[in-house]
Amino acid sequence: MQLRPDTTRRRFLGLAGGAAVAGAVPVVTVRPAEATPAMLASAIRSVTGGAEVKTGKVKLDIPPLVENGNTVPMTVSVASPMAPEDHVASIHVFNEKNPQPNIGNFHLGPQAGRAQVSTRVRLADSQKIVAIAKLSDGSYWSATVDVVVTLAACTEDVI
Amino acid sequence: MASALINVPAKAKRGDIIEIKTLMSHIMETGYRHTATGEVVPRDIITSFTCRFNGTEIFRADLFPAIAANPFITFFTTATQSGKFEFEWIGDKGFSETASASITVE
Repeated sequence: MQLRPDTTRRRFLGLAGGAAVAGAVPVVTVRPAEATPAMLASAIRSVTGGAEVKTGKVKLDIPPLVENGNTVPMTVSVASPMAPEDHVASIHVFNEKNPQPNIGNFHLGPQAGRAQVSTRVRLADSQKIVAIAKLSDGSYWSATVDVVVTLAACTEDVI
Repeated sequence: MASALINVPAKAKRGDIIEIKTLMSHIMETGYRHTATGEVVPRDIITSFTCRFNGTEIFRADLFPAIAANPFITFFTTATQSGKFEFEWIGDKGFSETASASITVE
């Protein structure tokens, strides 16, 4: 009469079945990312307060053709002496077609030495990326890059 | 669970511009994804990253869902004196992590 092995086997099968069910639950629903050029404009306005944004000084390094939008390396650098009287106060990055127009705000100061930040971003669609730098004199400078994305991020299915 | 990777040069000459690289493991759930049943997967992201040197803030970032999972952030600073960099990540659902790194400036 060996009851023990039988009960453990039964319990094991029960657990395995439960795990399989849990693993299978969340499946696909793809929702299109919203197109938001108006939101982009208003997000930029909320940072600049309507001040003029000039093109130049800012360099936005991002691959023009992206295979996987889930992780896209991006570097923003600004030509600036980074001296106490003339430095970059903050860098703001925006997108056009993700569900939300903001990507990130980076606050730095003269002690940074070099006005450059890198990170990895998500892109939900082929779109325009805008980087804006606020200088210590209150002026705003920007750079814009068009990116083509083949596999979108952000809104895709839960695996 | 959460863990940070920090890359700061151990030594630098006074006045050198040094690069600081940071990576925090985090899923950065956007809040825009849905399950099969149509429920929204709740947002769970890191919203703020701060770096302080000897107690003074030298770099701060506001993060949004458009930042990829496991936020990787690099930036620069000028080495002025020996001391300690403190890093802090704050996020949704009470997420809060810190890390630190020391530098010797000659």
